[in-house]
Amino acid sequence: MKSSLIKSTVIFLGLFFLYFPILVLIFYSFNENKRVMVWKGFSLRWYNELFNNEQIIEAFIISIKIAALSATFATILGVMIGYSLVRIKKIPFKSFYIFLSSTPLVLPELILGLSMLLFFISLNNIIGFPSSRGQLTIFISHVTFCIAFVAIIIQARLTDFNKNIEEAAMDLGYNYTKVLYKITLPIILPSIIAGWLLAFTISLDDLVVASFTTGPGANTLPIVVFSKVRLGLSPEVNALSAILMFALIIIGLFYFYFNKKFKH
Amino acid sequence: MKNKLFEKYFVFSPYFWLVLFFFIPLAIIFKISISVSEWGMPPYQDIFLFDNGFKINTTFENYVYIFSDYYYIGSFVNSLILALISTFFCLLIGFPLAFYIATSNIRLRNILLVLVVIPFWSSFLLRVYAWKIILQNNGILNVILLNLGIISEPLQLLYNQYAVIMGIVYTYLPLMILPLYGYLNKFDLNLIEASKDLGLNRIKTFFKVILPLSVPGIVAGSLLVFIPVVGEFIIPEMLGGSDRLYYGKILWEEFFVNRNWPGASALAFSGIIILVLPIVIFQLLYSRWSQKNEI
Repeated sequence: MKSSLIKSTVIFLGLFFLYFPILVLIFYSFNENKRVMVWKGFSLRWYNELFNNEQIIEAFIISIKIAALSATFATILGVMIGYSLVRIKKIPFKSFYIFLSSTPLVLPELILGLSMLLFFISLNNIIGFPSSRGQLTIFISHVTFCIAFVAIIIQARLTDFNKNIEEAAMDLGYNYTKVLYKITLPIILPSIIAGWLLAFTISLDDLVVASFTTGPGANTLPIVVFSKVRLGLSPEVNALSAILMFALIIIGLFYFYFNKKFKH
Repeated sequence: MKNKLFEKYFVFSPYFWLVLFFFIPLAIIFKISISVSEWGMPPYQDIFLFDNGFKINTTFENYVYIFSDYYYIGSFVNSLILALISTFFCLLIGFPLAFYIATSNIRLRNILLVLVVIPFWSSFLLRVYAWKIILQNNGILNVILLNLGIISEPLQLLYNQYAVIMGIVYTYLPLMILPLYGYLNKFDLNLIEASKDLGLNRIKTFFKVILPLSVPGIVAGSLLVFIPVVGEFIIPEMLGGSDRLYYGKILWEEFFVNRNWPGASALAFSGIIILVLPIVIFQLLYSRWSQKNEI
């Protein structure tokens, strides 16, 4: 009896700690007052101002575009890595391959961002491309560091499922490509979707790497938000937070749905 | 024959991408870090000179510069301490939470797990921003403390190292709980009952049974928190003050404010060697060791 009370208290306090800040943010987004911390009354004023703020809307569209594109590319390449590591025996310099596909996970974003920026500048000095940095360079950087996340999800899934199914299909006369499209791909599809969602969120949320590789006309949403709240508070950002948190949590739930599907 | 071509395509497309956009950029950082700096654009000299016959023009001056100045060494030390403290607090909060979730009944368990991880999916930047609101001088925490009569005037909670630790523990907590839960979930709860039956009290059961069995989860979770915190830039920038300077901030300023590209590259490369490499080696050795001992 006593221990179950401790248990519920710990779980309650833990969840309270995790959700309290999010609730505070949502609560203040309905504050009428321009001074964020002084409550004046319930209002949707800042939601209205948010939707009329062209800078934020434009940044939002750019971010979604970059996130969708880089998630797609990262998923394609990440699936290839996951598949190669589990199913293909002959990989030249395999430990180098593993190094390349896993180091982006542990490298501080700051170092990654700096290396990408210096790379683009050097490349421009040698071949004259990319002449200026912008959405393309952010896209390339995001693909590069999202690949690793997709790869581990796919790798885990492929290690999990029984290789005999593929071999049985092969014995029954399916050729290599047919096995891939008819057996392997459908089985790992939920993981592919989960990987895409993860990559999409990481790209959408990235501030550091994007700050390094951005250029004129490519202010992503985190860059704009950061510039608004670095030194103070912004009621429009409060409104944006509430909407964004809600949307991202829904994406998160989808991720769990797809990533869990294979476990049972 | 056809599948060979297929396999090549699968192996080499990501290979090509990662060598071009990940390995070469790292090599460029190293190259610039051993270049001689100068005024101009780009602010460093080439490492290969051809004007008077072939000459290699490199220097370790940038590294000497960093490691002879306490400003830079101190930032490394501060970041390591920050990462250690934050990891410790994540563990302190995360362990009981993970343990009690793992010992709940199976339906509740899944719901609780999703509830714990879901905040991690909402925007990182905005979760840090939320703490900025909470810790304001007229923020919710100060208001509560004032009304309870615990303090008589608002405390300066923001813009110091404690606010930074708070923000880090909050944002990284799910990363600690997830692997802990993964391992705690695996072990047989009957072991706890058995140890109680054998006469061990709660505290002894914890130290002799539960803790040793959760070591792999503790290691995995601690690494997931420790590694990114060492290079953390956003949280100190939003919640921190000038009382402590961290590695991330120093690197950022060296590049964007001082425009010292070789210096910033040397800092980045030293960061890889000092902060990242030991962790990667530890992880490798540890996974080999645990495979051998079948933990």
